[in-house]
Amino acid sequence: MTGPAGGDRSATWWGAEAVSVSFGGLRALDQVSVAVRPGQVTAVVGGDGAGKTTLLRCIAGALAVAGGAVRRPGAQRIGYLPPGTGVYDDLSVAENLEFRSAVFGMKGAAAREGGWGGGWEVGEYLERTGLAAARERLTGQLSGGMRRKLGVIAAMLPEPELLVLDEPTTGVDPVSRADLWWLIARAAAGGAAVLMSTTYLDEAARAAHVLVLDAGRTLAEGTPAEIVASVPGTIVVVPSRPDGEDERRRAWRRAGTWRVWQPASQAAKQAASQAAEQGAVGVPAKEVTPDLQDAVCVAALRAELDGADA
Amino acid sequence: MPEIADPEIADPEIADPEIADAEILAECAGVSRVFGRFTAVDGVDLAVGSGEVVGLLGANGAGKTTLIRMLLGLLPVSAGSVRLFGQPPSRASRRRVGYLPQGLGLYDDLTIAENLAFSRAVFAGAGTGPDLPDSLRRYVTVAVRDLPLGVARRAAFAQVLAHAPDLLLLDEPTSGVDPLARARLWETISQAAADGAGVIVTTHNMEEAEECTRLVVLAGGRVVAAGTAVQIVGPARTAVVRAADWPAALRRLETAGLRAVLAGTGVAGAGLAGTALAGTALRVPGRPDAEVAAALGDLPASVTTEPATLEECFFELAAGG
Repeated sequence: MTGPAGGDRSATWWGAEAVSVSFGGLRALDQVSVAVRPGQVTAVVGGDGAGKTTLLRCIAGALAVAGGAVRRPGAQRIGYLPPGTGVYDDLSVAENLEFRSAVFGMKGAAAREGGWGGGWEVGEYLERTGLAAARERLTGQLSGGMRRKLGVIAAMLPEPELLVLDEPTTGVDPVSRADLWWLIARAAAGGAAVLMSTTYLDEAARAAHVLVLDAGRTLAEGTPAEIVASVPGTIVVVPSRPDGEDERRRAWRRAGTWRVWQPASQAAKQAASQAAEQGAVGVPAKEVTPDLQDAVCVAALRAELDGADA
Repeated sequence: MPEIADPEIADPEIADPEIADAEILAECAGVSRVFGRFTAVDGVDLAVGSGEVVGLLGANGAGKTTLIRMLLGLLPVSAGSVRLFGQPPSRASRRRVGYLPQGLGLYDDLTIAENLAFSRAVFAGAGTGPDLPDSLRRYVTVAVRDLPLGVARRAAFAQVLAHAPDLLLLDEPTSGVDPLARARLWETISQAAADGAGVIVTTHNMEEAEECTRLVVLAGGRVVAAGTAVQIVGPARTAVVRAADWPAALRRLETAGLRAVLAGTGVAGAGLAGTALAGTALRVPGRPDAEVAAALGDLPASVTTEPATLEECFFELAAGG
């Protein structure tokens, strides 16, 4: 896949190669790799404490790595939205943007040479995301969603080659979320390599490439289709929670029914489906085609079960 | 393409025939709340029965929090009536309610065990809920501020359930949690409902909406849709564009004034390689596919329609509110 920048730029990638980071005795990242390509959105998924922020800080250049390597463009060519809103609450919307422009050596809000704005200017971003009317308001008085949008626009100002966004949509209502995704799409369409973290799998499914982190380790990685295809064994749906202890550990609730992961080995598969049928007399277990949510739940279950066995 | 949100389907009056059979635990009838000149909640009807999980959806400012505060009896209504267990909210009715605020409602400098002991003392005699789950036992002596957020969230659930409440009010209960942990928290919620509690849960996460028995969508303080997710989405469909050069497709759609949403290659992406449907998808909600195809002109792209998502319908509803 190539963005409009196309050609040789598509051979470039930014990201991490086998990066490890420790804080005190705690291993925050353990040999994590991810490639972020121009013109694409790469999503890092995981819960709180999975290592998403640490990985993004490493790639943005805000944190040194203990092992492995980071590939990134020069600091002036990176846009970074840190956790939170990434804006100054005691400046107005316009002042935040002016200050950020000055930091990047830009005159006013003019795009830099070689940037990817494609005719889009900051004013249009503000207009499209409902921030234009709030230009002169103090940022601290705006809603969380508005501040987050401003943070993303500020990170996009230098039209960076690499745009790193730490949970831009967490806790944001669906209307602001749509605006944020519009900005993300604009950046990727312009040719930026976009790396964003999220706790929502429906957002990860929109990305070209997904990395799933858990406790600092890679649970799954690839295109959404590759991650789904990599699920070992099968997943069945049963109407109620399975009774057997072993099956319970491989079951999770979804949309009012239960899903049970059956590992590939035939013996385990038979045992699981028997138990699943016993759990709901007269209603046979039905195999389902997994989606990204199922695939990530299975990856997390496997890590949990491996940890319990070790 | 049919219009989103057929009013017949979305009508709260006909959306839920089952509720008549369940014991009504909480009820809002024509409830409004005015702050100065601003009407935060405007004539809302809402009923939650035993065993039900009702999802409250709405953009920021739609009135969700104001409604919850009135249900808790913390804020008087400007018009209409709120009844908890058949009575106006009171100290006695509040003892039968479990409230999980967004900030979790735990004391940071107490351990899980101390938080639970305090809560049990406050609610003494109100009832006894399930014991602390095994997964929390190893943390009971750690101060809440030193707990990983996922653990603190499970502890907050344990505290809310500790006095066996009949009605649960959960404000964005699974925010910031990974998918498997989220599924496990929903096991807890659904178990409480299966045991007879009524649940009202607010969420911004449309994946969670599918866990609810019923949804109520608020916009501008009013109920704009109610029913199951399937009823609310109805027959609506969304135009989907797939193009190898998706930035060019996005530009053309933008130029035509169509708002497109990046939808990625999707999990079916691999199976589509080499077909007319290969490429990155853009969804264009609420517009006919013919208009979308016209906007793309001669650009190599496919245009199909797919069932609309709840989020897309929500968006139309929120905009119309």
